Amino acid sequence: MTASQAQFDWPYPIKWGEEQRVDTDVLVLGGGIAGCWAAIAVARNKGTAVTLVEKARTIRSGAGGSGCDHWEHAVTNPCCPLTPEEITQAQIDSNDGYNNGISHYIEAKEGYDRLLDLEKMGGKIRDTEDEFEGAEFRDEKTKLLFAYDYVNRYTIRTWGTTFKPALHAECRRLNVGILDRTMVTALLTEDGKQGGRVVGAVGFHVHTGRFVVIRAKASILCTSRPSRLWLFTPDLAGISEFRPMQACGDGHAISWRVGAEFTMLEKAVRAEWSGARSFPPYGTGNTHNTWYPCNMVDATGRELPWVDRDGNTLETTADRCRPAPGQKFFLKGGGETWFQKYEFLGPDLPPTEELIRMGYKLPFYADLSSLPEMERKAIWGLMIGEESKTKIPIKRMYEDAGFDPSKDQLRSYGDSWWSAKFKPSERQFFGLPGGLVNNWELRTNLEGLYAAGDTLFASDCHGHAAATGYYAGRHAARYAMSAQEPMIDENQVQRERKSTYAPAKREKGIAWKDLNVSITKIMQEYCGAVKSDELLTQGLNVLQDLREGEGASVFARNPHELMRSLEVLNILTNAEIVIHSSLVRKASCKQLHFMRSDSTEMDPPEWHKFMVVSRNGHGVRLRELPIDYYAPMGENYEKHNQDYIRENSI
Amino acid sequence: MTDKALAVGDTDVFIPVSINEETCIGCNLCVMVCQPDVFVPSIDPGGVPVVLYPSECWYVGDCVDVCPVPDCIALHVMDKNKVIWKRKESGEEFQLS
Repeated sequence: MTASQAQFDWPYPIKWGEEQRVDTDVLVLGGGIAGCWAAIAVARNKGTAVTLVEKARTIRSGAGGSGCDHWEHAVTNPCCPLTPEEITQAQIDSNDGYNNGISHYIEAKEGYDRLLDLEKMGGKIRDTEDEFEGAEFRDEKTKLLFAYDYVNRYTIRTWGTTFKPALHAECRRLNVGILDRTMVTALLTEDGKQGGRVVGAVGFHVHTGRFVVIRAKASILCTSRPSRLWLFTPDLAGISEFRPMQACGDGHAISWRVGAEFTMLEKAVRAEWSGARSFPPYGTGNTHNTWYPCNMVDATGRELPWVDRDGNTLETTADRCRPAPGQKFFLKGGGETWFQKYEFLGPDLPPTEELIRMGYKLPFYADLSSLPEMERKAIWGLMIGEESKTKIPIKRMYEDAGFDPSKDQLRSYGDSWWSAKFKPSERQFFGLPGGLVNNWELRTNLEGLYAAGDTLFASDCHGHAAATGYYAGRHAARYAMSAQEPMIDENQVQRERKSTYAPAKREKGIAWKDLNVSITKIMQEYCGAVKSDELLTQGLNVLQDLREGEGASVFARNPHELMRSLEVLNILTNAEIVIHSSLVRKASCKQLHFMRSDSTEMDPPEWHKFMVVSRNGHGVRLRELPIDYYAPMGENYEKHNQDYIRENSI
Repeated sequence: MTDKALAVGDTDVFIPVSINEETCIGCNLCVMVCQPDVFVPSIDPGGVPVVLYPSECWYVGDCVDVCPVPDCIALHVMDKNKVIWKRKESGEEFQLS
């Protein structure tokens, strides 16, 4: 039976209203990469119980659940001459300071430790079969393979399809309590008060509808970043955005409601990818990310020139993987700024318009066939095969259809890795968007609430999620060991239970997809490319109308639809946070892709700071943080991690 | 709210994944692994899962990867996403089918 016209009794047992109670020391919300690593860190802390709640199935869930082709900023690997300070400072400087100096320092300092951990769990991180013996990007002693900068070797090519099953097995081995197919719908706070200590969460099973109440001494949000605020295609809902539907920023919404602080959510770039209009990720010819440093040719077969930061032509493939003369290292990979500084600028093709002016004819193609064999195998065999959405939809399907990387040239469909054009009002959280504010323990402003991975502000990529997940798990476990018993407020539980089930109690109303379409229309109109106080304030009012109107009539006919309905209500909350964040920044900012029509000045120095917003009753509290609030990085890291440093020095 | 719940599938959308009803052994591994929960198990024990929410597919192919029966589950590509490639020697063009 296909879906068309399907209508029948729900195949799972229905348990509306039944309740499951769980007591644990540390609750991990979200079982993607950050969540699994957080749970493992807690479980390794002997005597600390941990429960992990995941909306899908932990074995393959999350944006990185299906694979990972490269691990960024692993500077403590034995082949890298850089220091964590150097690479983190470069990421901060390249974004004019609008970056998370804590989380990226943790990524640089501990990311390679997590890779070694993964290897012990059964993940494949090095070329043990000597498939790439002799390649310039391979270290013969460690058998590690590197990407991008072959001199500084801080990015490691990996066999990431092996990672998530290994993490899942390790969670099981360590007796992590896993609640799969369970959506968390609210955080619980001491005395049920906003701003109070977080003491657990409530949610429901997305197959049976059973309600769950979890009491915990500490909780860790590992719930990715918001999506579907500006982009949503009902008939292709699952690929409205780059990441899976499940990863839509539930954690942002539920923590906002209890008073967590956010920053940088005013940053949203012009959309880069949406499945309704773009080609499958990594499935078209280009030179970026997974495809770096591929040869490109024009329609006549003439090779496009690679150039260094000064415009000098780079003759060989190997030249594309070295810093320019006088340059120590260049930055490449996920989260790279649109406005890269000369100091960190790496090799690239000239812009398409310039190539056309130079006489190159469209369309362009990626020519894997003319690459050195090892480079070709690294891109098509290893990376297109091990990245999150490539093993089946790209590598296997293209090869089954006859594509041969040693003979064929693959069409490019746009500039860079983009394969579609978007209107300026269509925004997206790509690169390093905003999120929860954290301290050096990866704790939020709320006692008992920690955050990791893309839930944190200015965060990105698999290695970052792994490193920050594990780090947050360590610190949450330490807190839980000495924390007082958490007290749940039963009135709050009953309020949240009523709110959770509300869409399922309606027999008719608005479908969740219609509500999501309404949000995107409002966000494009009132919080698009150019903002102003008047537009944003109108936008908040229109969103409020939507919440009280269509939002209050969204309905669900089964637990799956209830999950989707509550996700969209969370998306509505996230839209409100974005508008509040935009309202408090009164000047335009280039790095934040933030333009105002009611402020003519770009980047006035007095606005070079983090604007922090949180919910205060029904209003919004604002505070400011200095742009380097986390400094000095090395000293603060050591101050907060003596146990880890001691254990790893043995 | 009653004890009843209704499964109402997406209609008139592109079907991204299909299961060969002749070879499917009804193990439900595809149902288990699917992140967006596109499938539901058959009401009949051992029956073929139903692709109930095709519009929610992420096109990752974990269902294809986990299926123990070769070629039982197929992922489909929308016509507009059928990428072109060119054989370098002959100039002949091919398109993902």
